[in-house]
Amino acid sequence: MTETTTPAMPIPRPDLSPARLKRRYAAERRFRLYGILAVLIAVGMLGVLLATIIGRGYSAFYRTDIRLEVTLDPAVIDPAGTRDPDAIMQADYTKLLRDGLRTLFPDVTSRQDKRDLNALVSSGADTVLRKMVQGDPSLIGQTVTVLVPIGDDFDMLAKGFISRNLPESARRVSDQQIAWYDALQQQDRVEQGFNWNFFTAGDSREPELAGVAGSVVGTFLTMLVTLSLAFPLAVATAVYLEEFAPKNRWTDLIEVNINNLAAVPSIVFGLLGLAIFIGFFGLPRSAPLVGGIVLSLMTLPVIIIATRAALKAVPPSIREGAYGIGASSLQVVTHHVVPLAMPGILTGTIIGMARALGETAPLLMIGMVAFIVGVPHGVTDAATVLPVQIYLWADSPERGFVEKTSAAIMVLLVFLVLMNGIAVYLRRRFERRW
Amino acid sequence: MSMVTLATAPVSAATAATTMPQKSNEAIKIAARNANVYYGENHALKHVDLDIRRNEVTALIGPSGCGKSTFLRCLNRMNDVIENCRVTGKITLDGEDIYSRELDVVVLRARVGMVFQKPNPFPKSIFDNVAYGPRIHGMAPSRRDLEEVVQTSLERASLWNEVKDRLKEPGTGLSGGQQQRLCIARAIAVSPEVILMDEPCSALDPIATARIEELIDELRQNITIVIVTHSMQQAARVSQRTAFFHLGELVETGDTPQIFTSPRDQRTQGYITGRFG
Repeated sequence: MTETTTPAMPIPRPDLSPARLKRRYAAERRFRLYGILAVLIAVGMLGVLLATIIGRGYSAFYRTDIRLEVTLDPAVIDPAGTRDPDAIMQADYTKLLRDGLRTLFPDVTSRQDKRDLNALVSSGADTVLRKMVQGDPSLIGQTVTVLVPIGDDFDMLAKGFISRNLPESARRVSDQQIAWYDALQQQDRVEQGFNWNFFTAGDSREPELAGVAGSVVGTFLTMLVTLSLAFPLAVATAVYLEEFAPKNRWTDLIEVNINNLAAVPSIVFGLLGLAIFIGFFGLPRSAPLVGGIVLSLMTLPVIIIATRAALKAVPPSIREGAYGIGASSLQVVTHHVVPLAMPGILTGTIIGMARALGETAPLLMIGMVAFIVGVPHGVTDAATVLPVQIYLWADSPERGFVEKTSAAIMVLLVFLVLMNGIAVYLRRRFERRW
Repeated sequence: MSMVTLATAPVSAATAATTMPQKSNEAIKIAARNANVYYGENHALKHVDLDIRRNEVTALIGPSGCGKSTFLRCLNRMNDVIENCRVTGKITLDGEDIYSRELDVVVLRARVGMVFQKPNPFPKSIFDNVAYGPRIHGMAPSRRDLEEVVQTSLERASLWNEVKDRLKEPGTGLSGGQQQRLCIARAIAVSPEVILMDEPCSALDPIATARIEELIDELRQNITIVIVTHSMQQAARVSQRTAFFHLGELVETGDTPQIFTSPRDQRTQGYITGRFG
């Protein structure tokens, strides 16, 4: 049309001049550079984070012990001579350990010096001795060699976290104590080994005795409750809303509310859990059951939204194909749509679960922040979870908890990686090409 | 989703001329009377009266957006799935109203199969693709029966020789033409009485197209076929009856040679000679 009406107008031609092309290529190179820079910064930050955590926390995975010869004096353990298990259990093993230590340093006599010397042995060391005697009462009366955890300050000294160059008044251990420690070391009585205790024990006031077992099991139980509630509920909700529900004002309202729910601050869910599940239904405090229910409420909208997106992404041709040979709506959904959406559903689930795994605030409200020494055996036992444990340890004044905090973070990260690994594996299994 | 008026449609003056001359009732497999389809406010199919004869291939031709695919999808109620779609009028299969409340749409779709424009095999193995229909309809109680149904269907779709050694491989790994024949095998595995084909060859090369056309001709022995096509040559080659749609109206139907040699309507004449569309 233009050529007939305005023949004088020159036809615009593409500008393919080298200068212009050069600018275009330069812009592309710049853009790639920005991308690489962004990736490098992200990787660098992650590197710094991991290096800091590992650098601070690796020392929590080994522990310093001292070897002592202890005389299992029948007069202390079992004065009545009945070998009564209760008597054996209640005996003062700390005294025996201290006696054993004092034989190595006979010249320590003053009350203050004795107290300083006793600090070399962990206050939880008597458990080691008690278990030994309980396991074999015939040892009573003999002299045994035991390996007991060292006091936490000396553990720090052994790991080099307490500088000997500081003035005596500025450090937690005195010159005299360092001298005793060195003497023990010269007698080859100090040993460092893998800290199994960290993985088998619950929380403790003593850093050298504290472990993550309680919070790992608590986390596992909580996640189990969260997953088994949130996943079926969320998938059923999403499938119904996406595939069956009529599109009207009510379903719109529900959709808006679900989206809003995903943005609600997590502590609000904690308050809800406290008011409804503990206050109204009378479920136990500090229990993984309540923690899991609260976290599943928080996870639900995340999984619902991801599942709906995944269902929407299934090509309509697959649905038509199935409808075309007489499949019912339910068959189309369960045989074709949901299996094809499964990778996306799992991704949403893992994002929701990862968020729930790191959550602390709602659990504070329902009492999972309590100091719990034991390892929970079921979903109604009092328990804590890893992020709360990290929070508690980070708050503790003892130097020994610094490494424990970082180590617990590492355990949490490993937990996360394992969970993601399972999700990736499941994704692979469900993933199909079309 | 769809609303149906059960009243017998008055034959309008405009469509009276295009209605097929009534033959014996047994020869009519599907009959549409005053069929209307609305997508929301849009009146997509207007007062269509059309008979589809048993064991014949009926081609629906017409320019894009003329309502031929819409009409095709009415015949097995695939339009039910579409939001806002409303169908009125009466469409019968063997004299039975397919939009009546008593009719089970699952049963209807098992009787009236469908093959789509783009091959859409399920992301499953070739075997499972064909076996899916027989499985959900409980046609093969044992594994052996199922294998037999799958083999017969693939043979009838003339795909068996190409895939018999790789039934476990994904159906999506086949070539486009093979995928479309797999979809035909999937449709015939449930022994439908009618197969609706919505431009089944538009995504295929001429050789694959020729194979599908041969196949259509063979299937015609037992199955009534309705095919939507954009290719006039294809309509002329495969069909016995042709219906020409334009702007949502059925303009003309008749025996295929008659439509292509002496169309009665100007618009049909214009379309088949390539003057518009």
